[in-house]
Formats: sequence, C-alpha cells, structure tokens
Amino acid sequence: MTEVRAAVPIQFDDPAQQREAAALGMWVFLAAEIVFFGGALVCYAAAGWVHGREFALASNDSNLVLGAVNTGVLLTSSWTMALAVHAGRAARRRRLLLFLGGTALLGTVFLVLKGLEYREDWLHQLVPGRSFARSPVAQLYFTFYFILTGIHALHLIVGIGLMAALAVLAARTREPLSGLNLFENAGLYWHFVDIVWIFLFPLLYLRGRHG
Amino acid sequence: MNGIAARSENYLNVDYRVRSWLSTTDHKRIGVLYLLSLTFFFLVGGVFAVLMRLELLTPAGDLVQPDTYNKLFTMHGIVMVFFFLVPSIPAVFGNFLLPLMIGAKDVAFPRLNLASWYIFMLGGLFTLGAILTGGVDTGWTFYPPYSSVYAHTRVMSAAAGVFIMGFSSILTGINFIVTTHTMRAPGLTWMRLPLFVWSLYATAVILVLGTPALTIALSLIGVERLFGVGIFNPALGGDPLLFQHLFWFYSHPAVYVMILPGMGVQSEIVCHFARMRPYGYKFIAGASLAIAGLGFLVWGHHMFVSGQSAYASMIFSILTFLVAIPSAVKVFAWTATFYRGSISYDTPMLYAFSFIGLFTIGGLTGLFLGSLAVDVHVHDTYFVVAHFHYIMVGGMVMSFLGAMHYWWPKMTGRMYSEAWGRLSALIVFVGFNLTFFPQFVLGYLGMPRRYHAYPSEFQVLHVMSTAGASILGVGFLLPLGYLLWSLKYGPRAGSNPWNLNSLEWQTPSPPPPHNFKETPVIVDEPYGYPVKEGA
Repeated sequence: MTEVRAAVPIQFDDPAQQREAAALGMWVFLAAEIVFFGGALVCYAAAGWVHGREFALASNDSNLVLGAVNTGVLLTSSWTMALAVHAGRAARRRRLLLFLGGTALLGTVFLVLKGLEYREDWLHQLVPGRSFARSPVAQLYFTFYFILTGIHALHLIVGIGLMAALAVLAARTREPLSGLNLFENAGLYWHFVDIVWIFLFPLLYLRGRHG
Repeated sequence: MNGIAARSENYLNVDYRVRSWLSTTDHKRIGVLYLLSLTFFFLVGGVFAVLMRLELLTPAGDLVQPDTYNKLFTMHGIVMVFFFLVPSIPAVFGNFLLPLMIGAKDVAFPRLNLASWYIFMLGGLFTLGAILTGGVDTGWTFYPPYSSVYAHTRVMSAAAGVFIMGFSSILTGINFIVTTHTMRAPGLTWMRLPLFVWSLYATAVILVLGTPALTIALSLIGVERLFGVGIFNPALGGDPLLFQHLFWFYSHPAVYVMILPGMGVQSEIVCHFARMRPYGYKFIAGASLAIAGLGFLVWGHHMFVSGQSAYASMIFSILTFLVAIPSAVKVFAWTATFYRGSISYDTPMLYAFSFIGLFTIGGLTGLFLGSLAVDVHVHDTYFVVAHFHYIMVGGMVMSFLGAMHYWWPKMTGRMYSEAWGRLSALIVFVGFNLTFFPQFVLGYLGMPRRYHAYPSEFQVLHVMSTAGASILGVGFLLPLGYLLWSLKYGPRAGSNPWNLNSLEWQTPSPPPPHNFKETPVIVDEPYGYPVKEGA
C-alpha cells in the first residue's frame, strides 16, 4: 500500500474487479473481527451473569465522565471519517487530507484520554495484579475492563496508522483518487472500531449506574 | 508437445534464486513453500507419535517418564493439528489449485497470501522453540486452570505459536472466499465450480469465523498466566468451562477444516478416475456448506462429562446427529458416482477408496460418541483416539496423499512410479488399520487415553497398534523417496497425463507463472464425461 500503481495488479482484469475484491475482503475481515471481540464479550457476559451485583459495584469505579467524553470524541471521528470517504470519492484532495487528519487526531485524543483513565486506575490500585486493592471478583471485572478496552485501543492505534498512511498516499499520488476504494475500506474499519466502543461503553461503564 | 513444455517458461524455472522464492507472490510457489514446511512439521509430529507407540509397547512405563509422556502427546497434538492438518490441503493444494481451477491468474490478494506463509512459519518457530526448550504438557487443548496456573512447562511459547498461526489461517480464509467470489473466469458460474472449490470455500468460512475464537481464548489464557488473574480459574471467581466453550467453538469447526478439503479432493478423484459426472453435484456442494454451518453448533459434544447443563448436552447431541447427515450424503454420492463408471485403479483412486471406508468408520463411531450415554462410557478412552484418527488420518491424510499423487504431475511436470505409488497406498491402508482399529477395542475395554503405563491385559492390542504404526511409517516414508526421485528421473507428464477435462489440466505442467496464456472461457461443468478424443 506504499505505492500507487498506474495499472491494476496483474491478478485482476480491471479496476472494478479489484474494487469488488477489496471491499469483500474488508467485510470478511470484519466478520472475523466480530468473532474475536464476540469471544471476549461472551466471556464477560458469562462472568457478569454469575457475579452481576459485584460487577455492577466494581464498574462504578470506572470514570464515567472520561468514558462519556471519549464516546463523543469517537463518534465525532466517525463523522469526519465519513466526510473523508465522501471527499475521496469526489476526488477532492484538500478536503480529504483535512478529514483524514481530523479523524486521526480525534482517535489520538481518545487514546490520550484513555491513557489518563488508565493512569487514574493505576493510582487507585484498580489494575489487576499483586497490588490490586479489592476482592477477586472486582479484579475479574477489571481484568475484563482492561482486556476489552485494551484490544479496542490496539485496533484504534492500527486505525490511526491507517489514516496516516492514507494521508501520505493521498498527498503523494497524482492519480485520480476516485478509482480506488481504499478510503471506503479504511472507513469500514474505522466505523467498526467505533461500533465496538458503542458496545463497550454501556457494558463497562453503565453496568451499575442505571435505575 | 513435450519439447515445447520443457522449454517454455513455467512457475518453477522462471527464477531459480532462493530470494525469488522467499519474495514470491505466485500462489503456486506459495503452495510449494507450504508443502515443504508442512512435510517438515508432519515429520516432527511423527517423531512424537513414534516415541509414544514405543513406550506403549510394554505395560510398564519404561521408555520415558510420565511427565515426558505428557509432553509427547501434547506436542504430537499441537504440531499435527495446528501445523499440519489445519493448513494441510487448503494451504498446499488450495493455494496451488484454486486459481487454476477457476481460471484466474492468482488469488485476489497475493501479498497477503505470502504474508500468511511467513506468519505460519513464525508461529511454527515459537512452537518449535517451546519444544526445544523443554516442551509443553497441557494437552493440545490448553485446558485451564492447569495451563494457566499449574503447568510449569513452555505453555506461553506454545500458545503463542498457535495464536500466531491462527492469523495465517484467517488470511488464507479471507483470500479463498474473496478469490472464489470475484476471480472466477467468464462463464464459470457457481454451479460449474469443481467440487474441490466448494469444499475450500466452506473451509474458508470456518477458518474466518472460527479461528478468532481460538485467538481470543488463547489470549485470555496468556493474560491469566501472566498476571495471575482468574478468568478461567474458579478459585478467583472465573469459570474453566468458559474456556472449553470458546476453545471448542473453534476446535470443533476446525475438525471440519481438517476434513472438508479432504472431501473436496475425494470428490475430484472419484469423479475423474471413474470418468463420471458426480452423482448429485448440488447435494455434494450443498453438503459442504451444511457441514460448515452445522459444524459451528455442535462444540458442546466435547463437554458431555464436563458438568455443563444436561439440556445443553441433549441439544448438542441432537445437532451432532444432524451434522452426520450431510457427511453421509457425500459418502453415498461418491459411492453412487461409481455406478457404471469407467473406474481406473491408479494411486489417487486407491487413496480415494481408502478414504471412503475409513471415513465411514470414523464418522459412524462419531455417532457413538455423540450419544450421551455411550459417551460417558468411552469418554477419554482410546475409543476417542481411534475415532478421530480415522477421520484425521484415515480421512485427511489419505486425501492429502491422494491429492499429492493426483496433482503431482501438474505441480512438478513429472510422473512418479505408479507401481511404487500403489504399493505405498496399500501399505498405508494396512498399517493405518492395524494401528488404529485395535484402539477402538482398547478404548471400549476401558483403556484411558494419555497414560504411559497400562494393565498387562491390554498389551496384545497395544503391540498390534505399535506394529501397525511401524508399517504406517514405512508407507509415509516411501512417497518421500519415489516422489523426490521422480523430480529428476520421472517421465515428463505433459499437460494432461490423466486425460481429464477439468480446467487445471488444460494448461502446461508445470503451469506458467500466470497460469493461462489467455483467460479461459468456461462453457461447461468440469465433469462433462466422457472425455472427447484428443482433449
């Protein structure tokens, strides 16, 4: 993905076939991702089924404000991502670069806020391990909290890298951008990572805060 | 024609440098890379099997320590399942043949395809590292809390190897699905696809939707082991059954990854070497998809005695019976295909015959195990060991060898010695049955699996099994000899030595780098027998 070729790769007959293959490939990859996150969520759900009350109590120690702000940040990034895809399709290079950059920036803001949250958890001895301050069941909740938000953050880092790579590509290439569906595919990935958070936020933060 | 084939450029002679192999994106070369790697891992896994069978020659535990024996069966399982059986036919023959069979120049994502091989090798290195630094003893299933708390062997390294290898499976799966959807030659409708392609497609679906469950399960084991938390540890509020559910959600469908491609090979060989259209093409193709789908719903039958809900067990039992239906549909379809066929008894066909018999035995004993009450009796005995070896070896390895002989001339451009081929097929069949049939009896009589010592009344059957394993070993080593010999001394095969009309035989052997001089246009199914003269 570091260079743009003038012609389609040898295995394809025409650009339409390449686009179709790339789009389908991304969807199939996302299907695999759903099973990956799904496996972790199923474990969380099963543990929560057994330890409902303790999990709800433990979840009240998560930082609701930072979590809610981050939800807003990520949703906004999906909006800029959608605009970037639109700009790519319309081959408007400056707008495209602007929105790719904006998306990457919002993703970074999310990670910074998440990092602050992790730091707070560390200071409150909520990180599982020897120094964990609460009961084993609370530790189980925070284990899931760190695993789920951790793999989500890893995906987001990949997404930010993807935005950077696409921005470099869009800045360098002299070919018309509308011929490729790289931006659509990156958008699919970004929105997926976003949707994962839409599940994580209520499951992890709001568990004991309703009713 | 042979003269032209010898001079023209093909995927092998286009560039001889090692570097050109390590940076290749040609699906055929990647298939060959996989073939070499998998042969290596098969031999590694085989060494562990030999040591186990030697230990079991006598009732006393006199060759290895009990702990060593635990490592032997664990590493045999890990290497054979994850580094031979799961990738075997898809990664070697699927990679090599899928684009050829659908008239494409390559798979949809050739670089991803190469990446999958590198990822596979990286996973293999981790696993070999675990083996060489002392081994792992958790069983190939990595059950916690033993694997996460109590085992003091190389669990992390071995689990990391399997974890990494999973990504290569996912990439291969994505590539096959997309390639089948988007890269078919003009006129090649879904109903004209070779049955092997259908089975690869079903396999790819399982790889994509099953493997991530294993990935997350092993990640959680790693977290639990590293940080001392208790996701699967009841002492800390976790649940060990949770791991078993996740693990088998991958590993039961993975059983179908280890048989569906074999069934695909089987369909090809049966039709082509009986010179018949498949009996019930749509049923065979649909059965592949049905097996892939139902295969995701039966994982609980590995857990009948684990303490899961009795109602869950009943439902899993019923679903297990259901998945036998499409499997049986295939067996009946192959058998019916022979009717009025013009059957040739070449080496690939001998392996196909072996497959039908052995897979049927393996499948039917699977129904014994799917019945709740019978399973309680034979659970964790040699009956189970025999059952899955009839599927894995009697099914998949037989069809791997069948595929190897069937497509060897296409891959290398050379014919092997037919006499040696038939002899080794016979030796493999005899050796296999002598190894594993006594294990059904052993298990039924109460011999548990995973023990290095046993009461002396089981010795006769164990000696039979070890003797069979020796014969089987000879049968596996023979092809290594005569196939390699044929590379230099075998007669040139020409493009279509079997005189068949499916697409992969319509291009020179070995095929040129981009498979076909012109994109072929398909006007008929691949099984339009009888073959026209001069085709």
